[in-house]
Amino acid sequence: MSGLKYSKDHEWVRTEGDVATVGISDYAQEQLGDVVYVELPEVGRTVAQSEEAAVVESVKAASEVYAPVSGEVVEVNQALEDEPALVNGEPTGAGWFLKLRMSAPGELDGLMDEAAYADYVAGLGED
Amino acid sequence: MSEESAADLARTPLYDEHRALGATLVGFAGYAMPVRYEPGIMAEHTRTRSAAGLFDVSHMGQLRLDGAGAVAALERLVPGDIAGLAPAAMRYTQFTNDDGGILDDLIATRTEDGLVLVVNAACKDADIAHLGEKLEGDVVLTVLAERALIALQGPKAAAVLDRIAPGCARLPFMTTGFFAIEGADALVSRSGYTGEDGFEVSLPDEAAPALWRRLAADPDVEPAGLGARDSLRLEAGLCLYGHDIDETTSPVEAGLAWSIGKRRRREGGFPGAERIQSELAEGPQRRRVGIRPDGRAPAREGTTVLNTKGEEIGTITSGGFGPTAGGPVAMGYVAAEAAEVGRPVSLLVRGRPRPATIVKLPFVPHTYHRP
Repeated sequence: MSGLKYSKDHEWVRTEGDVATVGISDYAQEQLGDVVYVELPEVGRTVAQSEEAAVVESVKAASEVYAPVSGEVVEVNQALEDEPALVNGEPTGAGWFLKLRMSAPGELDGLMDEAAYADYVAGLGED
Repeated sequence: MSEESAADLARTPLYDEHRALGATLVGFAGYAMPVRYEPGIMAEHTRTRSAAGLFDVSHMGQLRLDGAGAVAALERLVPGDIAGLAPAAMRYTQFTNDDGGILDDLIATRTEDGLVLVVNAACKDADIAHLGEKLEGDVVLTVLAERALIALQGPKAAAVLDRIAPGCARLPFMTTGFFAIEGADALVSRSGYTGEDGFEVSLPDEAAPALWRRLAADPDVEPAGLGARDSLRLEAGLCLYGHDIDETTSPVEAGLAWSIGKRRRREGGFPGAERIQSELAEGPQRRRVGIRPDGRAPAREGTTVLNTKGEEIGTITSGGFGPTAGGPVAMGYVAAEAAEVGRPVSLLVRGRPRPATIVKLPFVPHTYHRP
C-alpha cells in the first residue's frame, strides 16, 4: 500500500495531509533514459492542475512535468540539481521533484491508483 | 515505435540483432533504427570513449561511381579535391548547390576502378537523383543497396577488429583496405563519426549479422544506438546534416573550409564556387562555433543566442548533454564579428537568458590514428 496516485502524463503524487509530493513514474524515467538536468519551479509559485511545473532533460530531449494537482509549491528537491540521475534510480523515492500545498484536493479523485496506472501503461504498448 | 509508423519502415540486415539486444527502435530516415540498447545512451557513449562502441549505420547510402571520367564528374559537384586522392584514400566533402549551400555531406573513397561514396540516409534518394541528373559521359552510378555498414569506434576498436581482419590496425586514418570477413569481401575504412579512432566496415547484407554478433560478443565492445552516436559526434564537433548544415549554410560558414583543397579554391568549378570563393577570401557573414552553457541546463537546437547586450546574434543548431564533457554542449551559428572564442553570450532557454561561452571545437579531443 504505497498510496501513490498517477496522472495520464506519468506524474505520481503521494499525499500527507494537504501536501502532495510529486515525481515522475518509473515508466516515464525508463522512457526518458538518463536524466541529466531537472529544472524546478520557485518555491511559492502557484500552479494549476496540468500546468507545466518542472522540466526534465535526458541526453536526447527536454520534457515537461505537469502538476497532477493544483497548489502552491512549498518545497523542491534540491538534491536533483547535483544528482539528476536520482530520477532514474529512485523515481518514486529520492527522485521526487516538488511538494505542493493542494488547493483542490478533490482533484486527487480524478487520478489513477497503482493498478489503474499499470493497466494504462500496458495499454500504451512498448513498440 | 514513434516518429514514423512502424509498418512503413525499412529494416537493415541487423534488425533482428537489435531486437534480440532489447533495443528501443525508432523511425529514422525511413528505417527502424536502434536509438539505444538496454544500458542507455550515457553508458553506450562512455563505453565507446573508453573501449569500443558498435553501431549499425546500414541505413546510410553507399554508392559507386565507375568510368574513366568518375573523378572529374564528382569534382563538378563537390568542392573537395577528389583528383588528389591517392588510391584507397578517402575524403570528406559536400554536394553544394548553385548558391553555395550544402545538399549533403559525404565521404568519397578512391578505389582501383572508381569511387565509393557514403551519403546520409535522409538525403540518399535526393543524392541519387542529383547524381543521375548531373553525371555526364561514361560515368556509371551503382547504388550498393545490398551492402550493410557497421561502425566500430573507440580506443579498443583497432585491437578488436584486427583479430577479425588481420592488418586493418595498420590502416592510417581516412584510408581503406579490402579484407575477407565472414567469407565476404569487405571494404574496411579507418574513419567514423565519434571523434575516436575506429572503423567502418562495408560488407554484403548476408555477411553482416555474423560480423555484428562476433563483435558484440567481444567483452570490449558495446552496441550503441543513434542516441550515443549523436552525443559522440556533437562532442567531437562534427556536423549533422539537416541540423548544423543544410541548403542555406555554406561549407565556409560551417567551418568546413579545411575540406576544400588549394587547387579547388583557386580553380573553382563546383556549384556555388562564386559564394564559396568569396567567403574564403573575405570571410563569411556567420560562423559555426562551439557554445558551452555555463550552468547545467542543456540548450537544444533552435535556441536563440544573444550577445551580452541582449541582441540576437545567432541560433543553436545542435545541443544537448555531453557525457564525456560532463555537462551541456552545443554548437550553432553566430554573426562572424561575434564568433571569437572566449566571448560570453547568453542562451534563451525557456524564455530566460542563461550565460554561456563561445568555445573552440571539439569539446573532446579527436584521437584519430595518424601514424
